[in-house]
Amino acid sequence: MAIEGADLVKAAAFLGAGLSMGLGAIGPGVGEGMAAAKACEAIGGNPKEAGLLTRTMLVGQAVSESTGIYSLVIALLLLFVVN
Amino acid sequence: MTFDLQTWINVAALTGGGLAMGFGAIGAAIGEGYTAAEANAALARDPKNSGSIFKSMLVGQAIAESASIFALVVAMILLFSDFKGTSFTTVSALLAAGLAMGFGAVGSGVGSGLPAGEACKGMARQPAMSAKLTTNMLIGSAVCQTPSIFSLVTAFILIFSDFSASPVNPTWAAVLGAGLASGLAAIGSGIGGGIVAKASCEGIARQPSSATPVTNIMLLGQAITQTPAILGLLVAFILVFKQFEATQAFAPPMALVAAGLCMGIGAIGPGIGEGIASSGGVKWVARNPSFAGELTRTMLVGMAVAESTAIYSMVIALVLIFVV
Repeated sequence: MAIEGADLVKAAAFLGAGLSMGLGAIGPGVGEGMAAAKACEAIGGNPKEAGLLTRTMLVGQAVSESTGIYSLVIALLLLFVVN
Repeated sequence: MTFDLQTWINVAALTGGGLAMGFGAIGAAIGEGYTAAEANAALARDPKNSGSIFKSMLVGQAIAESASIFALVVAMILLFSDFKGTSFTTVSALLAAGLAMGFGAVGSGVGSGLPAGEACKGMARQPAMSAKLTTNMLIGSAVCQTPSIFSLVTAFILIFSDFSASPVNPTWAAVLGAGLASGLAAIGSGIGGGIVAKASCEGIARQPSSATPVTNIMLLGQAITQTPAILGLLVAFILVFKQFEATQAFAPPMALVAAGLCMGIGAIGPGIGEGIASSGGVKWVARNPSFAGELTRTMLVGMAVAESTAIYSMVIALVLIFVV
């Protein structure tokens, strides 16, 4: 098949979107898991503070989620805006 | 130099077989090595209990081995079957089958080794709990194998389906994407399930009285840890069974390969992360079973957040398949 320039650019944008979201999902997934594990540990040690600890866990996870959201934004830009 | 289609099909089958067994050997070897190391540490601590520790090591290693045996079966089929294809889609499908099984065996091999090692360690710590530890290890290791079974199913579908009715372009890319999605997505869930099962074996050895709640919460955690692999299997099924329109362009097939890569790679992190989150919950239910409710709730909330990036990956993969 003959590949034209515009076609190649579009193909690269699709591949880039897939790689951006795929690779970008690794870090937040692992990091948020660590936050949750430590929160469970802390609740196990001091169950009375369960509410405070869960809240802090969620705030921390939201921050580590941010790079996953950046990846999502870049993937959506590559899919719908750039090409 | 040009080759006919049959030559390319043979090349793909042999390469796929090599990839399946090569990647498939990584995980089981690491997992079994970890089990043996922990068993030796346990024997040094409690040499009198060597019989049951040695037995537990062998049983655990045998389960960890099963993922690589799946890879061996797929490799043998790829090497010795006589594949006849009518299009280049068959070439891509055979290669994808090898990749799916090879990647898919990595996580389950590593994961199954973790609870087996911890069970050996636990037997040295609490010889009286040997039977409970073995049962818990067997359940945990068996659940760790499910991601590699998903990959095995995908590999068989790719090998034995007839794609001759579908247009070559973009179906060649769809089957390649399916293999990558299912294979890569299995890595994280396999390792994550092992981390949960390891924590539960440790918990039972430290706190024998909380064995029942620990096994229950382990199963809950492992079930949720499997979800990224299930999302990968879902995307793989969509890619294999959807009929795509014929095209001459290069972008549509690349979108399908990208969908497979996106879902596959994107599921690795959440799988491992959910395993870590759940191991925290399991460990502390063992020490403090009266607060199992609070711990389970926080564990589930944390796992749900860790799952979110896998869901973003699935959204992007579905957009790549259905929208662009």
